[in-house]
Amino acid sequence: MTHTTPSPHAADAAVIKAFAAIPALLEQAPHLVSRGRYLDCECLLGPVDHPFHASIRSGRIVELTPAPVLMRSWRFSYRATPTAWTEYWKPEPRPGWHDLLALTKRKEAVLEGDLYPFMAHLQYFKDMLALPRLQHAAAVS
Amino acid sequence: MNGMIEPITGRYVHVEIGGEMHRIYFEENGAGIPLVCLHTAGSDGRQWRHLLADKEFSRNFRIIAFDMPWHGKSNPASWTGEEYRLTTARYTQTIRAFCAALKLEKPVVMGCSIGGRIVLNLAIDHAAEFRALIGLEAADFQAPWYDTSWLNRPDVHGGEVCAALVSGLIAPQSPHASRDETLWAYKQGGPGVFKGDLYFYRVDGDLRGRVENIDTSVCPLYLLTGEYDFSCTPEDTKRTAAAIGGAKVTIMEKLGHFPMSENPEQFRRYIAPVLGEILKQSISSKQGEHA
Repeated sequence: MTHTTPSPHAADAAVIKAFAAIPALLEQAPHLVSRGRYLDCECLLGPVDHPFHASIRSGRIVELTPAPVLMRSWRFSYRATPTAWTEYWKPEPRPGWHDLLALTKRKEAVLEGDLYPFMAHLQYFKDMLALPRLQHAAAVS
Repeated sequence: MNGMIEPITGRYVHVEIGGEMHRIYFEENGAGIPLVCLHTAGSDGRQWRHLLADKEFSRNFRIIAFDMPWHGKSNPASWTGEEYRLTTARYTQTIRAFCAALKLEKPVVMGCSIGGRIVLNLAIDHAAEFRALIGLEAADFQAPWYDTSWLNRPDVHGGEVCAALVSGLIAPQSPHASRDETLWAYKQGGPGVFKGDLYFYRVDGDLRGRVENIDTSVCPLYLLTGEYDFSCTPEDTKRTAAAIGGAKVTIMEKLGHFPMSENPEQFRRYIAPVLGEILKQSISSKQGEHA
């Protein structure tokens, strides 16, 4: 039996595309890479239904692969709705949509797994996952 | 300007709290109605430096900000090794003891976050001692949004995690320098102090079912909350105010959980009318006394 997976709609596609660009944006942010210099981690990040496996080594994303990947492990996962990412990346996000933990509080995002690497590098993840802010805003305007 | 000296002065006052003498650091500026400012959990009185230096406010108010014991330059009174935990009773006792030690006559107390919560408790139990009470980012209760055990453990840098957690409570429009300065205090806090303050906030200081007892005819109550505060949300403050007759609520645009330090200019727009009203009431009640 064959079936075709549903295509994410245009907004979802824009979010996925923006996510895929994060490793390159991170390379252009040496202070942020430096902030994560002691971080080596496998994590699952992105839209709820289309997350990415991210391999982080010394603060750099050395691999970003769309999930699922057969039997790939991850230590923690932060996934949010496409709407949440779109709102989070606005130049001036609206109240309640402006922070990763504001999104979990309003149940637009889920944080799961072993949270140690996330909490020990909390500002790194907040800033790294905000990197598409300017690019994404320019793309949808 | 090179060589400019600010008008704020800092001193220590010895205050007996719970039978133990504390050396409390406070800063002040101005003359007139005493206005005591309470900092947020895990921070210190530096949050108020812009208000303290305000030329207009300091003409009519003696603005005072003190560091709670364990915070800023107020050391713990003793070094027993016990885990620090702030309680409603202890916090209330500390504020009243500080005001008494400085012989402040019917001060205005303005507190932010935990300071906003304790202001509600002052309104419930000690309203007659105060001229007016101002709660910033204040509510009778807020839903928790993280596990405080992350704030003090040896394998996570306390300063970094405390600052990173609260960074999201600052409005995105706040100037970078003010944002960084606000977070700097969190990076400088002693181990377990922010967590100990949150014991009051999360566990001991639940005022649901008690704020109904506030009588604003005895002491006016002002509640101001930033729209970007997702810890104490505008809805939390409005719900609290709805249970109190006569409480005056303002939702502040483009501000978060630290209005006085994250964007002092924006905060000034909102606090100026409140202080103006308190001043006006104070003058008219004085005239009433002499009539």
